[in-house]
Amino acid sequence: MSPATAPLPAPRRHLSDRAILNLFIWPTLALLISLNVFPLVYSLYLSFTDYSAIANKAPVWVAFKNFADILGDERVWQYFATTGRYALLSVSLQTVLGFGLAMLVRQKFRGSGVVTTLILVPMMISPVVVGLFWKLMYNPTFGYFNYLLGFTNPSTGPDVIASAFAGKPVPNLALYGVVLVDVWMWSPFVMLLVLSGLNAIPEYLYEAAAIDRASSWFQFWRITLPQVAPLLLIAVLFRTIEAFKSFDLVMGMTGGGPGNQTELVAVYLYRVAFLGQFRTGYSSALAYIILIIIIAVSNLYIKYLNQIRGES
Amino acid sequence: MKKQIGLVLSILTVLTLVLSACAPAATQAPAASSVKELKILWAQWSPADYLQQIGNEYEKATGIKVTVVQEPWGSFGDRFFTEMAAKGTSWDMVVGDSQWLGQGATQGLYVDLTDFMKSNGIDKSVTPATLKYYGEYPANSGKYYAYPTEGDADGWAYRKDLFEDPAEQAAFKAEYGYDLAVPKTYAQLMDIAKFFTRPDAGLYGVAIYTQKDYDAITMGVENTFFSWGATWQDANNNVKGVVNSPQAVEALQFYKDLYDCCQVPGLSNAFFTETNDALIGGKAAMIMNYFAFFPALVNQGTNANYWDKVGFFANPEGPTGQRAAALGGQGMSIISFISPERQQASKDFIKWFATDEIQQKWADLGGYTCNAKVLQSEKFLKTTPFNPAFAETMTFVKDFWNIPEYAELLTVSQTELHKFVVEGQGTAQGALDAIAEQHDKILREKGYIK
Repeated sequence: MSPATAPLPAPRRHLSDRAILNLFIWPTLALLISLNVFPLVYSLYLSFTDYSAIANKAPVWVAFKNFADILGDERVWQYFATTGRYALLSVSLQTVLGFGLAMLVRQKFRGSGVVTTLILVPMMISPVVVGLFWKLMYNPTFGYFNYLLGFTNPSTGPDVIASAFAGKPVPNLALYGVVLVDVWMWSPFVMLLVLSGLNAIPEYLYEAAAIDRASSWFQFWRITLPQVAPLLLIAVLFRTIEAFKSFDLVMGMTGGGPGNQTELVAVYLYRVAFLGQFRTGYSSALAYIILIIIIAVSNLYIKYLNQIRGES
Repeated sequence: MKKQIGLVLSILTVLTLVLSACAPAATQAPAASSVKELKILWAQWSPADYLQQIGNEYEKATGIKVTVVQEPWGSFGDRFFTEMAAKGTSWDMVVGDSQWLGQGATQGLYVDLTDFMKSNGIDKSVTPATLKYYGEYPANSGKYYAYPTEGDADGWAYRKDLFEDPAEQAAFKAEYGYDLAVPKTYAQLMDIAKFFTRPDAGLYGVAIYTQKDYDAITMGVENTFFSWGATWQDANNNVKGVVNSPQAVEALQFYKDLYDCCQVPGLSNAFFTETNDALIGGKAAMIMNYFAFFPALVNQGTNANYWDKVGFFANPEGPTGQRAAALGGQGMSIISFISPERQQASKDFIKWFATDEIQQKWADLGGYTCNAKVLQSEKFLKTTPFNPAFAETMTFVKDFWNIPEYAELLTVSQTELHKFVVEGQGTAQGALDAIAEQHDKILREKGYIK
């Protein structure tokens, strides 16, 4: 058959733009609904029921009883207070330390790239591994922590995980111990965000300030800080949200102990949702309360962030 | 718009089909003759491997394959109960924790084995204590839901090289006025623990359970609690005045004193790994642990320095001569959602497994049998250095609550005991009062106390 007589190829059916759009959107939406929206809505429903995921019984509607039980339980308030203290302490320290580190590594020096990478290592490790690793570091008999502090006799030194010093209880020592580890792990994250903000500040601003003989402090206060503030606030926002949800680090290090000293609200949530209890209705209600608190705190930050952006 | 609706409907149809395909298989089962395989769920550990070997023997004898499905301890309970909530038939049997009995029995997850066990004499083949705690629900009802499979309880391991050192023996006798030997009472255990506590030498008297995460500190305290004659409840499930009885307070104070004077530093959140490590590392003269974890101590590969210098003893007597040990271990239950044919095939397996001959094989492999004859046989007692102490312990084991709400009760005891023993807050009386108060509230809410 000569080319001249060959039949023309059948015209290709092209998908319309709308069809392509649908092909991309609908499967994504279906996945989102089944894996995200449905569990969210269903758990909201469960929070108003007496239900256990393992009880082999249908949920029983109890209206606001779970919420009332949670909000009327002194222990839960104590766990929220502990979580608040933990979040405040760790995020404040991370902010200061992260900012300081960013200022230090901002200046280029020989090996600064390697140093920056090394500083970032802690945040790349799994929190559970970090928890177990620091549990060993804090061990009073062979841990490096006491050795660095100069305590070689375990009977006369601190036992951070047991919240004791020389065998005597020290309130909140275990909580401070966990905060220290969280700061060690996540200050590099703050540093990273601040560093990107610092690198984005135009050099001419400093040159102009130098011509005007502005002091270093003035330059920091009037140029550096305002320019970096939006990114710093985003870092603080992320870290606050994470601190409120903190679970794996604490579970790996202290299991919420000693007593209830490091029982953060996420640890308690895990305890009632799983670990043999499986109080699904109650734990769904608690999860929603935590969610509402996180949204409220985040909104405050975002409002402040927008205010700063507006000013700048 | 019609096209979009059509597309949505198509996606939903596909999703429905996919989800249907993923759903558990329907409960229809093959006929009895077609049961070619039995599946048993258990935690992932050595005894499950031994059970698989026993299962291989069953296949040789009957042609029915036995597969032991192993799930890591951390997710064992979650996996089992979520499957049960879906009325799943993935497994025919489960070797479940003693605490699960209440849930298994009251929520219809386990097959009632009472008639089966009685008619085949299986109930008489195991020690009474193991039948009571691994198989019976409710307590003293004579109704059985599990065959006691893997017995376990707390006992002690000690450094024989220290106990048998003539210089140590002389020094001990000079200080305490009696011979250094395996303690017969808790008072002696305290003396020995204090004697060997030498911080300058990096040696301490004991390593005992203190972990808060799940049940460790409660199990640890239970050893003294029961030995002092205390209990978690009376015959009517009352807890006030029972959990916080004077004996219970004294027992808890003893545990706290032992922790304060002689615990290896750093073991404020310790369970089986940590206590074993304390002995392996040469830090503790005596350690508390479940018998199931003692094989590592006599294994040269895991205990290079002391594997041939370790001795074992059962819990000593409390002040009134009572002996008791906190129970570990599991019983084998048949899942009620499987077909009657599969239930019968599972019963046949348990009947075979419970025979003295197979229980002897089970023990030879390393399984902790609950079979009374095997436990007392010379062969069993000589198989490992810890078997005599294990056989002795299995006659006086006691357990925590096993009602469906056990986990809520356990969370309370874990928190309050940890607060007192490890954190050093409050008093023994205060801790037990708090437990009694909260347990009472939970039990009343659930209708156990009228």
